Amino acid sequence: MAEVTVAIATSERGTPRSRRSAGPWRVAFTQIAHNPVAVGSAIALVIIIAVCLAAPLYAQFIAHTDPFQSNINGTTVIDGHSVAVLQQQTQGLGLGVEPIGPTWNISNYFLGADSQGRDVFARLLYGGRTTLLIGFSSALICCALGALVGIIAGYFGGPVDWVLSRLMDIIWAFPVYLLAISLSVVLLTGGLKIGPIVIGPSNLLLPILIIALIYVPYVARPIRGQVLSLKNREFVKAAIGLGASDWRILRREILRNVLPTVIVFIPLMMALNMLTESALSFLSIGVQPPNASWGTIINDGLDLLYTRPAVAIAPGIMLVITAVALNLLGDAVRDALDPKAKLRGAA
Amino acid sequence: MRTITKTLVSVIAAASLLVLAACSSDSSTDSGGGSGGQHTGGTLHLTAQSAGGTLDPQVNYTLQYWQLYQGTYDGLLTYARVGGKKSEDIVPDLATAMPKVSADGKTYTFQLRKGITFSNGKAVTTADVVASFQRLFKVSSPNAGSWYNVIVGADACLKTPASCTLNGGVVADASTNTITFNLTQADPEFEAQLAMPFASVLPAGTKAKDEGTTPIPTTGPYYFASYSPNKALVMKRNTHFKSWSAEAAPVGYPNEIDETFGLTAEAEVTAIENGQADWMYDTPPSDRLSEISSKYASQTHVTPLTALWYLALNTNIAPFNNEKARQAINWAIDRSAVVKLYGGTSLASPACTILPPDFPGHADFCDYTKNGGNTWTAADVDKAKQLIQQSGTAGQSVGVVVQNDSVNKGIGLYLVSLLNQLGYKATLKALSNNIQYNYIQNTGNHVQMSLTQWYQDYPAASDFLRVLLSCASFHPNSDSSINIAGYCNTGLDAQMAKADDEGLTDPTAADAAWGEIDKAYMGESPLVPLFNPKLIDFTSNRVSNYQFSDQYYMLVDQLWLK
Repeated sequence: MAEVTVAIATSERGTPRSRRSAGPWRVAFTQIAHNPVAVGSAIALVIIIAVCLAAPLYAQFIAHTDPFQSNINGTTVIDGHSVAVLQQQTQGLGLGVEPIGPTWNISNYFLGADSQGRDVFARLLYGGRTTLLIGFSSALICCALGALVGIIAGYFGGPVDWVLSRLMDIIWAFPVYLLAISLSVVLLTGGLKIGPIVIGPSNLLLPILIIALIYVPYVARPIRGQVLSLKNREFVKAAIGLGASDWRILRREILRNVLPTVIVFIPLMMALNMLTESALSFLSIGVQPPNASWGTIINDGLDLLYTRPAVAIAPGIMLVITAVALNLLGDAVRDALDPKAKLRGAA
Repeated sequence: MRTITKTLVSVIAAASLLVLAACSSDSSTDSGGGSGGQHTGGTLHLTAQSAGGTLDPQVNYTLQYWQLYQGTYDGLLTYARVGGKKSEDIVPDLATAMPKVSADGKTYTFQLRKGITFSNGKAVTTADVVASFQRLFKVSSPNAGSWYNVIVGADACLKTPASCTLNGGVVADASTNTITFNLTQADPEFEAQLAMPFASVLPAGTKAKDEGTTPIPTTGPYYFASYSPNKALVMKRNTHFKSWSAEAAPVGYPNEIDETFGLTAEAEVTAIENGQADWMYDTPPSDRLSEISSKYASQTHVTPLTALWYLALNTNIAPFNNEKARQAINWAIDRSAVVKLYGGTSLASPACTILPPDFPGHADFCDYTKNGGNTWTAADVDKAKQLIQQSGTAGQSVGVVVQNDSVNKGIGLYLVSLLNQLGYKATLKALSNNIQYNYIQNTGNHVQMSLTQWYQDYPAASDFLRVLLSCASFHPNSDSSINIAGYCNTGLDAQMAKADDEGLTDPTAADAAWGEIDKAYMGESPLVPLFNPKLIDFTSNRVSNYQFSDQYYMLVDQLWLK
């Protein structure tokens, strides 16, 4: 809320005295801090982010491994014995090669190896960095673009609204994954060249931009609706009546009022974007090897499902935990910033 | 045959053939026919992830259907339809005997068997043979221009296929029931090429277009009853068939054979384990190998193939337009690692030469192995780094293009890792199997390094060396440029022509010459041989009498069903 609320407090001795109440942001924060589900989700997220950020430290100082380097003929020591990381089958006809399974030793192939002989746990941490980075960056870009489009369309109306709304309709007309796959296939083959700007096929900016773009209508539409409603509110009419410029009204009255909605969108979009990134990477059209993301690791584990299921299951579990935590946190933020939504939900 | 994923081995011909041989006398003219005795009957269920494309034997170029053509179509000659080394012998099929060849090697005369009918009941005549060879050009058969272009009149047919007559090239004499082929030049591989499915004899009235899903009448023990590429292919017993040769046209055992499409490889394995299918065309996925090799060892058949997995290095663009850079890759590749990625030592052997072991012309040598020797023992990364420094190509970008299945992609990841280790900046491009092979052939795509495979069409050194590396196989900016390395060495081309000529008179000397040519190519390093693969056939427990032909792989219609 842009308006400042003033509360009247009464002292212990009955002498009335006035003080500024806590602002809406502080109230919201306090409310979230008293929500055990939100706190639990936030703690889980902080731990996941911290652990993933520490991936290079883990790889270098604990596991002593390069998670991007194939180690097909490598060996490791388990229970004092030197064993091959990829082991030739010896039973029956001796067909096939299996990577070693989880050792549950944090410093040595904790979750086992993948089919390239790489440490799955180290890749899981590196993959988490990539997935979280793409999810967060694309969510920010998506929410910023969506808010911009929604505010401009809703506030100015007329032809501007018509053009922007139809543009959103066009994007929305495509099944979201189909659009993402199409863009990925085209851009990952030759990269993106716009004038002097060249983004290579392996650059993480590509999946970030693709995912951000396809979800813009999901943010822009509700924001536009909110702006259409705000435009008719008294404080906006008063500002217009007082001769405030469009820029000032947009900045001081509209943006401040839609900001909580945008903020609510961020964790929700982040969860959605992480899942989309993982889906694209699983299909080999997202993050490109040898880079790792949780989606690419699931893809790596697809051919090991029968023998080494941990390779696919571990990133799947991480994705689920992160997405659930983000959604729960998003719900809590929404309840805190928009109490009416909670009331509507209760009704 | 590049699209194939399987080839050779020797499994000894089993009791069934003895039974068949007993009831069908010698290989020339006897009737044979009849039933296969106590092992006859039942429906054999095959399964594949997807259909193999057109059913037209003069157009289709996949092992998937070549394996089925052995029990359906016949040419004048064929490879003996038996297991083991004898399967590499060319034997008369619709011809009564091997051809009479003129002294200059330019004329081949065949006597056509009498009394053979197509599955539609019409007799096979010399006119059908002539029409079939005309049609081969009219439908632009894949190798019309490279195998059958030696026939007189073929040039005109290649220019204007629709009006192809092969006038003077294929001459029929209905009164003597003979067919004469006149060639523009002697070709030591002409008989082998006549034994290929492209040279199948079809009814003269067959439309001069790719028949696609419409079955064409057959001469063999089965005919194609129906074909739906999204569902299934059904083969039924040809009631007009009577075996005329145990070697060329043995009686089939199952009454019916069907191949269903759509299951994943994982599901195919499960279906066979459960007895819902009898054989899978596709290679079992890597995570099921230990299961089938331990629990189902008696149902798993592993045989080495005359095939090569290799890297093609584009010799026309940096960095591999530099010979030292190419040799560096040959030194650096850890073949044992690549073999592991393929499935281990039970499924592949490291390769040093372009010609596979036990193949005509193969010579034992290994130019790129640490500490020397005739077999590959270890990579020499230090030497490779040294060569790269000398070549001045260190630090350059290298794009590696592979197919996007798990094995190819796994090898691609290893290559990227190795190239980065050698000082290049490597990236991986994994393309769909349907696209990759044409993509890497086209010089317009500037592919620097690609992973691909070659499986023999027929046992001849030229089928590897000339096809993969001759100047004639290099067509810039074309999707059909099988010389993927784009390497052209006119001196070695001349040596190949000489070896061809020698093959007509002195096959042993020719083989030695081909071995030298292989060595010369390896010195130039346009290719990096990786390994020679083996094939896994996984069959159900109701199947027996498994036989493997080096040419046709598992003899499908010779299987017995419980």
